[in-house]
Amino acid sequence: MGKYAIKRLIQIIPVLIIVSIAVFSIIHLIPGDPAEIMAGSNATDEQVAALRHQYGLDKPIWSQYLIWLENVATGNLGYSLTNGFPVNKLLLQRIPATIELAIAAAIIGTLIAFPLGIIAALKPGSFIDFFSTLFSALSFAVPSFWLAILLILLFSLQFKLLPPSGRPDFSEEPIEHLKSLIMPALTLGIAMAAKLTRYLRSSMLDVLHQDYVRTARSKGLSERSVVVRHAIRNALIPVITVFGLQIGDLLSGAIIVESIFSWPGVGRLTIQAISWRDYSILQASVMFIVFAFLLVNLLTDLTYGLINPRIRYE
Amino acid sequence: MISATLSLNKQKNTDLTRPSEKYESLTRMAIQALLRHRSGMAGLIIIISLAVLALLAPVIAPYDPLEMRAPDRFQPPSSTYFFGTDEFGRDIFSRILYGTRIAFSVGVISIGIATVVGVATGLVAGYAGGTFDTIIMRLFDTLLAFPVILLAIVILAMLGPGSLNAILAVAIVNIPAFARLTRANVLVEKNKEYVEATRSVGAKPPRIVFRTIFPNTVSTILVQITVALASAVLLESALSFLGLGTPLPAPSWGSMLSVGRGYLAFAPWYGIFPGLAITLMVMGFYLLGDGLRDALDPRRQKLI
Repeated sequence: MGKYAIKRLIQIIPVLIIVSIAVFSIIHLIPGDPAEIMAGSNATDEQVAALRHQYGLDKPIWSQYLIWLENVATGNLGYSLTNGFPVNKLLLQRIPATIELAIAAAIIGTLIAFPLGIIAALKPGSFIDFFSTLFSALSFAVPSFWLAILLILLFSLQFKLLPPSGRPDFSEEPIEHLKSLIMPALTLGIAMAAKLTRYLRSSMLDVLHQDYVRTARSKGLSERSVVVRHAIRNALIPVITVFGLQIGDLLSGAIIVESIFSWPGVGRLTIQAISWRDYSILQASVMFIVFAFLLVNLLTDLTYGLINPRIRYE
Repeated sequence: MISATLSLNKQKNTDLTRPSEKYESLTRMAIQALLRHRSGMAGLIIIISLAVLALLAPVIAPYDPLEMRAPDRFQPPSSTYFFGTDEFGRDIFSRILYGTRIAFSVGVISIGIATVVGVATGLVAGYAGGTFDTIIMRLFDTLLAFPVILLAIVILAMLGPGSLNAILAVAIVNIPAFARLTRANVLVEKNKEYVEATRSVGAKPPRIVFRTIFPNTVSTILVQITVALASAVLLESALSFLGLGTPLPAPSWGSMLSVGRGYLAFAPWYGIFPGLAITLMVMGFYLLGDGLRDALDPRRQKLI
């Protein structure tokens, strides 16, 4: 396992390097001079030149990249182009909200998908089975931002139960905070549940036709014991990969969902950075999301390797 | 998987022709399988109907999608305005009809580009192997390291918002999937006997790649195209929703929802109908892709 983990870690390095070059280029491929954006429209040429020098923008591009890389490695993500605030602090403020949302969405997704997927597989052709298929197809086709709008129409405007946006401080208004979490988490969770349900159902169907399940039944085990101890356990193995990929999808889904619900996470920060034309924030938030995405994928692979020893020898 | 269907096609190219009616009947079998596939048919009907609506939009639409009528702002759905009106008194039904054109053209153009570029690189990389293959695939791995929506957003942040750039962004994020799929197919096909045979009669690599191997990858690519079209429609509407795609006042479904979101309290219809249109089109492509996948797979044809 140790060897496998190291191999996977080494494989990720070239991807990280290319990603870092790509993210670094963002600020240099964008039309317009960052120094001029920073200085504002009333600045003199001297002021712009001074800023350019201060931020090392007058150095050759490769040396700028190396300096930037060194800074990123030491946690210095530069300064906001719009207000001069350190970007790493801005990012750190936003990360907890995104993680909170992702965890809540993953819980909701799992709570929907597990019963639905397993029961659908146990009773193929039943109403639940039909419903699970319909649910998967619909959740794929319904865009998350529309689902969000429908939830707002229903829960905020019709029943006036939940706030349409915002994230009150948990320490001051814990109930309001949890209420504000429900709709964004539901929006993301339903999308996650759709795929998870489909994979769980087909994985369960596969497992239920295996010889060892037949053996377990013929041993005289109760149906409950066959399903819980033999079938579900094995059906979960391939689903772990899907689950990991879904966590990655949650991160990207958060970009849109956070924007709709004014949820102050990294996703909303990304969109705000674009509208503010603040490319140092954009760089940092993109780097964070990609990094988290890669990390989740890596952890998924490692977990999978841990559970399924065969994969390690490939 | 459908190499049986199409290997006959390729044999035609290499003058090992079997009776052509045999090949046609296999294609016909696939078509018949699709026609028997209930959800596949539903998808096909949805897409054809939407295509007809898009083509006939000027005939069907009761109003000009851009014409503003200030006295009729925020009219609820009625027999005059089927889906109500928006903040400028424009007819939402007519705008959604014209939006079908935007959704189709963005989807078809961007996925067209992605298919051509992705399939060509996949074919060449898979057949040639070596350094070219490694470099291209590493590059695509990097693109795949970005969540799709984020990659599209970053591309648009660099190129600037707009419909053409949005098409380009949707195309770029879809290229790696086509390239990888094609490459995987080529790796399987290139060592098969019929390719060996073509090589032995003296065919040059371009002919082998494009005329012998390519036809055998068509069916999986076709399925990928429909799936990609579904996600392209979703992605374009998401980008327009974020204000990065098709600019206003063009009636893109995503931007309509984005504006409508601001008026939900007194014009809920504004936030409902454009989303319904997106869902319908995505569902159509999704179901069609499902049906095609089953219909083009001879092993599954019997199950339908």
